[in-house]
Amino acid sequence: MDIHEAYALLNQTAEQLSTRFQQVPGSAILLRYVKSSYQNDPVRSIVELGLFLFAVRYLLAPRYSTHKSKAADLTEEEIDELVEDWTPEPLVAPPSEFEAAENEKRPIIIGPTGPKVKLSTGRTVSNYASYNFFNFVANEMLKERAIQVLRNYGVGACGPPNFYGTQDVHMDAERDIAKFLGMPACIVYAQAFSTISSVIPAFSKRGDIIVADKAVNFSIQKGLEISRSTIRWYEHNNMEDLERVLEKVNKEMAKKALTRRFIVTEGLFENTGDMVDLPKVIELKQRFKYRLILDETNSFGILGRSGRGITEHQNVDPLSVDMLVGSLSHSICAGGGFCTGSPEIVEHQRISGSAYVFSAALPAMLAVTASETIKLLEGNPDLLTSLRENVKVFRAQMEKSEYVRCTSAQDNPICLYVLRKEIIAEKGIKEEDRVMADIVDECLANGVLVARVKTVPEPPANGHSKPFGWQNEPAFKVCVTIGHSKKEVEKAGGVVRQAVGKVVGRLKKENRFLS
Amino acid sequence: MPRNPFSSSSVTAPIPIEAPRRPSSSRNTAAKVAQFFSSSPKTAYSLSPHTTASASLLATQEQNNARTFSPSVSLPTISLSTATADKLSDTPTMLFSPPSPEAARKLARQHAQFGPLGHASHKFVSQHPKGAPVEDPVEDEPPYYYLLTTYISYIVLILFGHVRDFFGKRFKEHNYKHLKDQNGYAALNSDFDNFYIRRLKMRISDCFARPFTGVPGRFITLLDRVSDDFNLTFKLTGTQTEALNMSSYNYLGFAQSEGPCADAVEDSIRRYGMSAASSRVDAGTLDIHADVEKLVADFVGKPSAMIFSMGYGTNSTAFSALVSKGCLLISDELNHASIRFGARLSGAVIGMFKHNDMGDLERLLREQISQGQPRTHRPWKKILVVVEGLYSMEGTMCNLPGLLELKHIYKFNLFIDEAHSIGALGPKGRGVCDYFGVDTSEVDILMGTLTKSFGANGGYIAAEKHVIDKLRTAHAGSVYGESPAPPVLMQISSSLRIIAGDLAPGQGEERLQRLAFNSRYLRLGLKRLGFIIYGQDDSPIIPLMLYNPAKIPAFSHEMLRRKIAIVVVGYPATPLVSSRARFCVSAAHTKDDLDRLLAACDEVGDILQLKFSSGIAGGAIPLLPGVTREDEKELKKRGIVQPPRWPLEEVLKRGVKDVQSPLR
Repeated sequence: MDIHEAYALLNQTAEQLSTRFQQVPGSAILLRYVKSSYQNDPVRSIVELGLFLFAVRYLLAPRYSTHKSKAADLTEEEIDELVEDWTPEPLVAPPSEFEAAENEKRPIIIGPTGPKVKLSTGRTVSNYASYNFFNFVANEMLKERAIQVLRNYGVGACGPPNFYGTQDVHMDAERDIAKFLGMPACIVYAQAFSTISSVIPAFSKRGDIIVADKAVNFSIQKGLEISRSTIRWYEHNNMEDLERVLEKVNKEMAKKALTRRFIVTEGLFENTGDMVDLPKVIELKQRFKYRLILDETNSFGILGRSGRGITEHQNVDPLSVDMLVGSLSHSICAGGGFCTGSPEIVEHQRISGSAYVFSAALPAMLAVTASETIKLLEGNPDLLTSLRENVKVFRAQMEKSEYVRCTSAQDNPICLYVLRKEIIAEKGIKEEDRVMADIVDECLANGVLVARVKTVPEPPANGHSKPFGWQNEPAFKVCVTIGHSKKEVEKAGGVVRQAVGKVVGRLKKENRFLS
Repeated sequence: MPRNPFSSSSVTAPIPIEAPRRPSSSRNTAAKVAQFFSSSPKTAYSLSPHTTASASLLATQEQNNARTFSPSVSLPTISLSTATADKLSDTPTMLFSPPSPEAARKLARQHAQFGPLGHASHKFVSQHPKGAPVEDPVEDEPPYYYLLTTYISYIVLILFGHVRDFFGKRFKEHNYKHLKDQNGYAALNSDFDNFYIRRLKMRISDCFARPFTGVPGRFITLLDRVSDDFNLTFKLTGTQTEALNMSSYNYLGFAQSEGPCADAVEDSIRRYGMSAASSRVDAGTLDIHADVEKLVADFVGKPSAMIFSMGYGTNSTAFSALVSKGCLLISDELNHASIRFGARLSGAVIGMFKHNDMGDLERLLREQISQGQPRTHRPWKKILVVVEGLYSMEGTMCNLPGLLELKHIYKFNLFIDEAHSIGALGPKGRGVCDYFGVDTSEVDILMGTLTKSFGANGGYIAAEKHVIDKLRTAHAGSVYGESPAPPVLMQISSSLRIIAGDLAPGQGEERLQRLAFNSRYLRLGLKRLGFIIYGQDDSPIIPLMLYNPAKIPAFSHEMLRRKIAIVVVGYPATPLVSSRARFCVSAAHTKDDLDRLLAACDEVGDILQLKFSSGIAGGAIPLLPGVTREDEKELKKRGIVQPPRWPLEEVLKRGVKDVQSPLR
C-alpha cells in the first residue's frame, strides 16, 4: 500500500468519524464550546487533551501504596522454609523464684472472710488484709435481704444492661447512690476495677488533653492509655506543679481549637494512701476550665462524717466534680462500681462506656446489697468514728517503728507502710519487695494477716501514656477494721511493728539483700 | 394470664407432665395453669419413662425447697406453709391430691422460669458429625430491592436528621447546648459523633434497655414505660408485661430463683456473706474460689483455671499478661469489644483476618511469619490467634478443626473466647472443643464467661498449670480487681455440677439436649418460613435479618405486642445494611414457646415483608427418595433452588421429626 492509499483511507476514516460525531445529539454545541473557549488555539487544546488523557490514565491505574513496600519478595518454597524455621517463644516465661513463692504462699481462707479467718494451713489468724472495714460481710440483715432478692431475681442478670439486663433493682441502686452523694444521676458498672478505665475513654478521645497525677492507680493508667488522648503528668499531689502544667498546656494550646480537657486524680490514692487537696484542684480546674474525673474507689464510704467520701470530708460541693467514680466492692462490700455526674454524663456512658455496654449487668443481689449498705452507713455515722479511732490506735503503735513510715492519710483505714529512705540507704537494700514479703510472712507467723502491695509487671513506657519518673515504693498494707476491738488492734500493731523490726534488723546480720 | 392467640390450633400441644397429678375436681385451676404454658391443650401425653428426668428435676426442686425453706422470706409465693411443701414430696400418694392454690401458683412460677419438657422427642445432642468437613454456613442475600431501599432509608434518615438539626439549632437552641463550646469548656460530645445517636438511635431507643423485674427465665416481666419527649427520657407506668423471653443469655435455663442452684446459693449467703472483700492476691481467695477454679478446670478439660468477677474484665487485661511488644496478635474481625480493648493495651502488633475465613488467616500467617516484624524484619517472638467459640451477633462458630490444622503448621498459640459457647455447645456442654470432638490440650487458652450459660456472673481463663500460675501474678484482674462474690461462685459451682451430672442427675443432660433441640427447631422453622437466618444449625444464637432500618423498631414493637421480648441490633453493632433481630434460645423454652414465636414471626414477617430468603441457606423441602445430598449440591450450584415459603402448619407439623436429621 503506498502513501496515497493510506492517506485516502485516513481521510475517509476521519470523515466518517466526523459525520458520526455530528450525528451525536449535542455535538455541535460541544464543538462550538470547545472552539470558543480555546479561541481556536490548537496548542492549548493539545496540551489540555494531553492533561485529560493523563487524568483518565491516572484514574484507571491500579492503586498502589505511597509507602514503598519493604516486603521481601519471597517464593512459596522460601516462605514454607521460613515457616518451618520459625520457633516461637513459649506462651509465658517460666515463673521467677519470687513469683513461685508468691503463688505458693497466697492465703486461702476457709469459710467466710471476717476479722478472724481460718486459713487453709489450719491456723486462725486476725485478718488485717480485707476491705471489710465495717464488717458488713457478717451483717445478718444484709444476708436476709440478699436471700429475699435471690428468691425473686435469681443470681445473674443474664444480659448486658442495654439488652434486657437492666432490672428495677439496678435503677434503685443508681438512684440511692446518687441521692446519697447529692449528685443528679448515677450509672452502676459490674466491676469496680473496670469502671474508671471505661469512663475515661468514653469522654476523652484522640486530641483531647488529660492532666493526671503521676501516682494514679493501674486502672486509671489503662483508661488513659486506651483513650489515645494527650496525657500530661504532674508531680504527685503537688498543686504548684499542677498549676504549672495547666499553664503550660494553656500556652501550648492557645492558638489551637478548643478541645476537651480533663484532670484525673484520686480521692485516697491506691498506690500511696494519701489524700488529694480537692478544694485546690477544684479551684484550678475552674480557673483553667478543665473537667475533673475523680476516682473515689478507696475514699467512698470511708471519708466524711457519713461516708460520702472526700467531697464531704473536705467540704466540697460534689456537683463541682464532673465525674465522680467510686466502688461498691471496697468499703461497701457488695460488688461493682459506679460513676455519678450530670444526667448528660451518665446517659452518655450508657451508650459509650465500654465496660457498661459490653458486659453483663451486676447481679441483682449485689445491687440491692449496695443500696442497703449505703442506707446502713448513712444511718450509723458512729461506724466511721469507731473505725477512725481504731486506725488511730494502730498508727500510734506503728509510729514507734524506726524502720517504716506510713504514707497513708490520717483517716485512711488502708495503712500503707514503706521502708524509711535512710534505712534503705543505710542497709543498702536492693530488693525491697522481698523485704516486704518477709515482713508479711513474719506477721502471719505471729497470727496477723497483712498484705504486700502487689503490682503487675509492666512493659516499658510507650510515649506519654505512662508517668515518667514515677515508681511506686514497695509497701505492705494493713487494713484496719471495726471487727477488731481497740485492744486487738493495739496488739496487732505491736505484732506488725515487731515483725518489721525483726525482718529489717536481721538484714544487718545476714546481708542477704546487699548487692 | 392472657391467652396466647398465636399458636395454631392444629398443633398438638402437650399438657405439662404434672397433668396426671391433677384430679378432675381441680380441673379449673389445672386448666388455668395449663393455659399458662400451652395454648390449646388437646392431647395429653401420659407419663412415659422418657419424662422421668424432668419429673425428678421437679421433685428435687420441691424437696430442696421444703428443706431449706426460710420463714424470713417475705415473698408471697414462697411463704406458703412448710407442711404443704412437705406433703408434696414426702408422701407419693399425695401426688394425686388436689394441689392447693399456693402449690399451683408455685408451680406456675417455677414454670415461668423453666418450662417443663413437652415430649421426650424434644431433645437433640449438640455435636459436630464425626469426620465431616466443617462447612461455612451459607449466607443468603436479600433481593437488591431491599438493599437499595435500606441505603435510601439511611439517606432519608440522615437528611431528615440534618433538616431537624438545621431548624433545631436556630429555634430550640437550648437542646443543643451540650454540643457547643460553653464558657471556655469544649463540648463533651462532638456534634458530629453525636449525630448518629441523636438522630437515628434516639428514634428507636425504646427498643433498648427495657427494664424488667424478677428472673430473666423462660418468661420475663418487663416494666412498661412511656416517653413523652421522643425517647429522651422514659417514665415507668407502673404496669408490667410478662413476655416470652427470647433475649437473655440464659442458654441452659439456670436463671431460676428456685431449685438446687438457688438453694445452694442461699446456703452460701448464710455461710459466706456477700463478698470476699479483697482482691484475689491479697486476702480475697476463699476455699470456695479454689473449689470453683478446680470445677471449671475439670469442666473445660484443662489442668488449671482461674476466675474473675467480670467477663469483660477477664479479657480486657488478659492480653497484656500474654503478649507484648514484638509479638503478633491475630484477631478475627468480628471479635468482641473486650478482646479489642485488651489487645490494644497489650502493646502487641494486631493483625485481623476476615470472619472465620481460614484462607485469609493462612495468607496473613504466611505473610507475617516470612516478613517478620515491621521495619526491623526480626522474627516475631510469638503469635497469638484469638477467636471466639460462638459469635454473639452472627450465630457462627469458629472453624476449630481448620484452626488446629493451621496451628500445627504455623506454630501459633490459640486463644478461644468461649463467652457464648461454653455450656451451650457440645454433647456435654463443654464448648467448641466438645462440639467438634477436639482434645482441649490442642488449644492453649480457653477463656469464657460464667454469665451466660450458668446464670451467674464473671469470667474464667483455663490453661496449662504453668500458664495459670504466671497469670495469677501478671493478670491485672486478679491483682487489682475485686474477687468474685461467694453467692455468684456458688451459682457457678452448683450449675456446673448439675451439667456434669453430679447434682440432680439427668437434669444437666436434659438441659443440654433441650437447648440443642430448641436451637435447631427454631432455626429450621424460621428458615422454612422464608426468613434469612445466619449461623450454624446447632448454635443457640439465631439472628433474623431485617435490613431496612425502619423494620428494627417495627419488628421489636410487633413482637412486644405479641408479648415476646427480643433483641434488635443495627449499626454500629452490625454492618450498616445488615440490621437484625436476635433470638437467644434457652433450654427453659418449650416447643410450644417456640411455636408461639414461629407463629408471631410468620405474621410479622408478612406484615413487614421479611420473607425474602432465596433458599440457598436451607429450609428446603425434604429430599425426594432417590435424590442424594450430592445431587442437591449440584442443583444448588446450578442455581436451581426454590425459595422456601412454607405455611406455618407445615412447619410446625414436620419440625420435630426433621430436626433429628441433618438440616438442609
